[in-house]
Amino acid sequence: MAKAATRKTAAATPSAERRAALAGQELSATGVKLAVLPPAERISLRAPEASLAALSKALGVTLPRKPKTSASKAGRTALWLGPDEWLVIDEAGKDPLADCAEVTALHSAVGISHRNIAISVTGPAAAAAVNSGCPQDLALEVFPVGAASRTILGKVEIVLLRTAEDAFRVECWRSFSDYVFTFLSEAAGDAAA
Amino acid sequence: MLLIRCPYCEEERPELEFRNAGEAHIARSANIAGESDDDFEKFFFIRSNPKGIIHERWRHMHGCARFFNAVRDTVSDKFIITYKAGEPKPAKLPKISNEVVAK
Repeated sequence: MAKAATRKTAAATPSAERRAALAGQELSATGVKLAVLPPAERISLRAPEASLAALSKALGVTLPRKPKTSASKAGRTALWLGPDEWLVIDEAGKDPLADCAEVTALHSAVGISHRNIAISVTGPAAAAAVNSGCPQDLALEVFPVGAASRTILGKVEIVLLRTAEDAFRVECWRSFSDYVFTFLSEAAGDAAA
Repeated sequence: MLLIRCPYCEEERPELEFRNAGEAHIARSANIAGESDDDFEKFFFIRSNPKGIIHERWRHMHGCARFFNAVRDTVSDKFIITYKAGEPKPAKLPKISNEVVAK
């Protein structure tokens, strides 16, 4: 009996504490500000054309069909990554995975909330800072507000989303987050100079 | 840096996002176990490696992640045309001069 009781308490209080990578780190340089964004719910969504209407309805955000675009509604953003691939980020604390689970149309939704870390790059020199490691053209005409793309930064793959004229959201894998933040810190210093 | 047009992203993107994936339009036999050793060797190892126009598979690895086909000139390294995977070889190729053009 005593044994069972201890087991119960152990289950109630998890011994491992979840610590987000780089939680709360920030950096300010002239013209550029970096900040590690709070955790968010994310899914990687793959679906054929025929399922898009049902999935868009369940997620509450219309999945974009044009390359390099994103759609956003009520704290939930869907980013076009490929012809049948989307990254859905929910910052309002609701789980998009649960919403997709109710859809019977063919799709694959994989929870990747803890795989990614988001870093915001803001300020007048934000584009210059990102461009120091990302070869894409980030001029407003070709990469407008809302534009999103999987691309590279230095040696690693990132997903880049322009949230405002002078603000970017950089999504990278958790294990690469230290590299990305350090890279962007150096870049912020250079962009300011 | 080369700019390569991805037919799925519908725009030119920097070459760092791409990976070459070998020669295109090499069909795998539906009955691979029934292939003779010579035929299998031809399918598996022998590539045309031409000087000039070559059809290649490329992958937009750090972008939309899709494979597509490209016609490239191995002499000038210029991409002549890119098209989606599964589409036939383009019958007519646009003429591209090999001279360096400053944009």
